[in-house]
Amino acid sequence: MSSRAPSRSASSSGSPLSVDAPVLELRALTRTHGTGIAEVHALRGIDLSVHAGELVAVMGPSGSGKSTLLTIAGGLDTATSGQVIIEGQDIAGLGRKGVAALRRRSVGYVFQDYNLIPALTAAENIALPRELDGVSVRKARKEARAALEEMKLLEIADRFPDEMSGGQQQRVAIARALVGDRRLVLADEPTGALDSETGEAVLALLRNRCDRGAAGVMVTHEPRYAAWADRVVFLRDGSIVDQTLTADADSLLAAEGAK
Amino acid sequence: MSIRHGLLALLERGPRYGSQLRTEFESRTGSTWPLNVGQVYTTLSRLERDGLVAQDGEDDQGHALYSITDSGRTELRSWFETPVDRSNPPRDELAIKLAMAVGAPGVDIRAVIQSQRHHTVKAMQDYTRLKAQALADVPANRDEVAWLLVLEQLIFQAEAEARWLDHCESRLVRLAEAAATDPEPEVRTANRAPARTARPRTRR
Repeated sequence: MSSRAPSRSASSSGSPLSVDAPVLELRALTRTHGTGIAEVHALRGIDLSVHAGELVAVMGPSGSGKSTLLTIAGGLDTATSGQVIIEGQDIAGLGRKGVAALRRRSVGYVFQDYNLIPALTAAENIALPRELDGVSVRKARKEARAALEEMKLLEIADRFPDEMSGGQQQRVAIARALVGDRRLVLADEPTGALDSETGEAVLALLRNRCDRGAAGVMVTHEPRYAAWADRVVFLRDGSIVDQTLTADADSLLAAEGAK
Repeated sequence: MSIRHGLLALLERGPRYGSQLRTEFESRTGSTWPLNVGQVYTTLSRLERDGLVAQDGEDDQGHALYSITDSGRTELRSWFETPVDRSNPPRDELAIKLAMAVGAPGVDIRAVIQSQRHHTVKAMQDYTRLKAQALADVPANRDEVAWLLVLEQLIFQAEAEARWLDHCESRLVRLAEAAATDPEPEVRTANRAPARTARPRTRR
């Protein structure tokens, strides 16, 4: 793990011991749908920090709040209370345009159903968010091809989504989520409809990106895929009830717990 | 697990001595089921008694060598050809524990489930790391391929357990909900629409 020097030494009230500020920090997050008798508490006070280099899996029964957590962390939905802090910025203060810009720049979001644009080729799908962010078309296309090459998918660069297999579409979706050096990757059941070998290839990509410095959060109900994570967080009725760590992450949390 | 057949399979590739068999057995299975050399010799002497292996001289260093006999080969073939018996499942401590936890006084069965799930998923994380290491390079030989298969078996087995635990929990939740909403229609009406409770129910 890299020991990056703190550029702006822990301005947050977070742990003085942690060298790296978390890439994603959720503080006392709640989300309530409806009011009065129809009130549903989807999230009840979630605290979660994800650091660079860390892949966190979120598991829990359906209705436990997993997807809500992810959509709020990605700025696709708004919390009822609490804070979402991405790379040190509280997204509540950014306004709608600011959040959209932050999302394009820093957050890669992988959807279960890939969400590729049918009228664009693989390379164009990957280049689009970069173009929207003001990168020149030429540069964005170049980056897209590099991302495809990294995933050994260059041969499908000019195919349209309906000319790809599900596994290829999902890998293109991941390339799109990762292009341009985004530091936070959020994935909602990224292995959903894939067979086990393809699912594993998708996981290996996420794992690899986190090993190279991104922070990742993945919602999954598949224990076999969750096991690729450094940390597995168990959600029940909108609260984190438990979490597991690998040996490496154990020492990390011990340091955090000592604050 | 069949040590007998494991040893026969190793001996089919040529005569070997006891501690050599132990080493080969372990490298094939990634030391998942460690053997002690005593077990190996006990098994060898039973195999010899049953005519499936025979002592076959010594090597240069004076180790007693064993080799497989023809009936040993027949036995080994039939082991590979016969499916492992699943009709007599071994006792499973977790299944017994959950069975006992149902309705046990002072036991929070969901807590029992979660603590096991934590442990099982943690074990899967560890196995998955080993697997990622094993896959970092293309498996180069028989032992590495075999170890990968064993490792993946451990992962699949742990996964089945984790899924079963998820299922148990949602099953219990559903049953509890059904029990809470099921009978006593009067109680329900009373709760939902207090104004109507005054209506006399006894009309004959």
